[in-house]
Amino acid sequence: MSRTATLTISNLAKDLRLEWRSKDALNAMLFFALLVAVIFSFSFDPTAEESRRIAGGLIWVAFLFAAIVALNQAWARELRNQVLDAYRVSPGPANALFLGKALGNFVFISVIELLLAPLFVIFYNLRSIGPAYQLVIVAVLGTWALVANGTFFAALSLRTRSREVMLPLLLFPISIPALLGMVEGTTAILTGESSPRLWINLLLVYDVVFTTVCLLLFETVLHAE
Amino acid sequence: MDPTEPPHLSGEHNPALSNAAIVLENVSKVFGRFVALREVTARFEYGRLYAIFGPNGAGKSTLLRVVCGLARPTSGTVTVIGHSDLREVAGKLGYMAHASLLYDEMSGIENLRYFAGLYEIRDQERLRQAIITVGLDPDLPRRVGEYSQGMRQRLSLARATLHDPDLLLLDEPFANLDPESSRAMSRLLGQMRDRGKTILLVTHQPAHVADIADESLWMTAGAIAAWNRGVAVADSPSRSGLACKVSAGGPRVRL
Repeated sequence: MSRTATLTISNLAKDLRLEWRSKDALNAMLFFALLVAVIFSFSFDPTAEESRRIAGGLIWVAFLFAAIVALNQAWARELRNQVLDAYRVSPGPANALFLGKALGNFVFISVIELLLAPLFVIFYNLRSIGPAYQLVIVAVLGTWALVANGTFFAALSLRTRSREVMLPLLLFPISIPALLGMVEGTTAILTGESSPRLWINLLLVYDVVFTTVCLLLFETVLHAE
Repeated sequence: MDPTEPPHLSGEHNPALSNAAIVLENVSKVFGRFVALREVTARFEYGRLYAIFGPNGAGKSTLLRVVCGLARPTSGTVTVIGHSDLREVAGKLGYMAHASLLYDEMSGIENLRYFAGLYEIRDQERLRQAIITVGLDPDLPRRVGEYSQGMRQRLSLARATLHDPDLLLLDEPFANLDPESSRAMSRLLGQMRDRGKTILLVTHQPAHVADIADESLWMTAGAIAAWNRGVAVADSPSRSGLACKVSAGGPRVRL
C-alpha cells in the first residue's frame, strides 16, 4: 500500500476515534438535522404526492446545513493545541490529511443521513415511485460532493477570523451544481416522472472534477500561512 | 569548524555558510505592520546547543517557525541542513511549540502512534521508550486532555524527538515543569547534543540551560542583539543593546 493510502487510513482512524470520544460533530449535526425535519413537518401538511415533490429539497437542506457543522468541527480539532503544525512540519503528504478528513466527514454525514432518512419517510409519508436503489447512488455522490469541497474550503477558511461564517459563504455558491443534482435527482426518483440519469451523471462529473482540483491545491492550502 | 571561532554574523553572502546546520541570511519577517524579524543573519553549527533569550515579542518563536518552515520569511533566505526547500528536510526536524501539538482526546501512546506513522516508524517499542525517556508511563490510559501541563510538556518533547531528528527546535520546553522535571529535561537535551543533535532552544529561564548551552543569543525587537560563546546567562542586555552578561565561557560578542 502506498504511503499516502496508509496515512489516509491513519488520519481517518484518528478522526473517527476523536469523534467517537468527543461526539462534537455528530451530536450537533443530529440535533440540527432533526430540528429541520420536525419543523418542516409541522409547517406543511402535504399530500403524499406533494411530499414527493418537495422532499428532495427538504432532505438536502437539512443535510447541507448539518454538514457545515461537521466540516467546521473537522478542522477545529486540528487547531486545538495547534496540532496541525505538527503535521505541517512532518514529511506526511498533504493529500493523506485531506483524504482522511474528507472520508471522515463522509462517514459522519452518512451516519446522520442513515439515522434521519427513516424519519423523513415517516414525517412526510414518503414512498418512492422510481427505483429506490438510485437514491443511494444520489446520496453517496451528493454527500461526497459536499465533503470534498467542504473539507477543502473549511481548510481554506481556517486562518480567517470568522471561519464559521466564511465556510458557507465559500461553499454554497460553488456547490450549486451539485445541490441541483442532488435535489433534482432525488425528486426524479421519488416522483418517478423522469430519469435521474442526467443528475447522477452531473454529480459524478462534479465529484471527479472537484476532488481532483482539491487534491491538486490542498498542499498549497495546508502550507499557507 | 573551531568552536571557539566567533560566530558569523555579517550580512555578506558567504559560501562557507552552507556547511552549517542552519543558515539565515538577511531574514526578515513582517506581520502586517509588525516586524517580527529584522534582517537576521546567523549561522548555527551542527552538534551544538543554542539558547535563545529575549523579552516577549522579540522574535524568538518566529525565528524557530521560520527555521522549521511554518512561517515563510518576508525577505532573505533560510537554509536548513543544506536545503533551502524546507519540505525536503521535514523528516530531520523536531519541533516543540508553546502549545502541546497533541490531541487531547487521545492517550499519550495513541498520540505518539499517530505521529510515528507520519515518520514511517512502526516499532512500537520505540514509542514506549520515547515516553519512558521523558519520565512518563506509556501504559497510562488517561487522555492527554487530563494530563497536567508538565506532563503535556514532557509528552510534547517525546513527540518532537520520536523520529530521532538531527535538528531540534524547542520553544520554551521548561515552561510549566517542576524543578526536578526541568533538571531531567535539561540532562536529556544535553545528552542529545552530545549525540550530535543541533538544538535551538528558546527559554526565559537561563538557569535551566546554564550547564548545557554551547552558545546563547539575546534577541530584541526582531534582531539578534548579542551572541555569546559558552554559557551566557543574560537577564537583559543594556538598552544600547549590545552587551551580554557572560557568566562563564568564551568571548563576548559586540554587534
